[in-house]
Amino acid sequence: MIALEVIDITSNPVNKYVYLSIILFAIGVMGVLMRRNAIIILMCVELMLNAANLLLVAFSAYTGNVEGQMVVFFVIVVAAAEVAVGLALLISIYRNISSTDINLLNRMKG
Amino acid sequence: MREYIFYFLALVSVISALMVVFSRNPIHSVLYLVVCFFSIAGHYLLLNAQFLAVVHVIIYAGAIMVLFLFVIMLLNLNKESEPHKPIIIKFASVISASLLVLVLIAAMVNINPAADSHPTLHTIGMVRELGDTLFKEYLLPFEISSVLFLTAMVGVVLISKKES
Repeated sequence: MIALEVIDITSNPVNKYVYLSIILFAIGVMGVLMRRNAIIILMCVELMLNAANLLLVAFSAYTGNVEGQMVVFFVIVVAAAEVAVGLALLISIYRNISSTDINLLNRMKG
Repeated sequence: MREYIFYFLALVSVISALMVVFSRNPIHSVLYLVVCFFSIAGHYLLLNAQFLAVVHVIIYAGAIMVLFLFVIMLLNLNKESEPHKPIIIKFASVISASLLVLVLIAAMVNINPAADSHPTLHTIGMVRELGDTLFKEYLLPFEISSVLFLTAMVGVVLISKKES
């Protein structure tokens, strides 16, 4: 059982997780800047949220503080609601302009 | 051993995150993002956050990504329909992301966050400790999040309803 084993985390410095989170966050930013499809942009936002979550869990584990993991729990909850609303908006946009290209959305009217 | 698992998982998550951005088919992006989420769950297991690893897999890979796949299938976007972007925008986004990495790493490289860590309490990721904290100190946010879900559900039905 994985859940019953406790892994010794002292041998692995927390700086590695900082760098990994920075790289994942930057990849998410790059995706938001680069892609046009609104679904891919939503997925890249999820990627950025996960980078922040990973950093919160890492510091929570390394400082022995349970509150970081609680914050991650609530972030997951809010992310689920956010994705549902975002995809509903996307379906509504698709009904109007028959596309999910964000460059077609530069008009406020119509 | 544990370092090798960390480096393997980090490699998998970074490569799959890059493939999310660079693959042209949205279905492939979703599948690579599922791989990335599984590797992040592996990181959670390595950090003794077992409950969060399970919750992460269930909610992200099980619910959110299925929602993405469902919307892509519903809107019939599962083809490489994205028009070709000018190469200068790709270069600009890659360069700005690299500059972001540079700035953040330069900000982090001189501090040592491991100095004031005391990783002695190893069982904080278990269900018992997390549930204890959740239902005592965080009871009000927990209840409010249920209201948030109800609001999101009503809003989603209202937004995606076909106008008559």
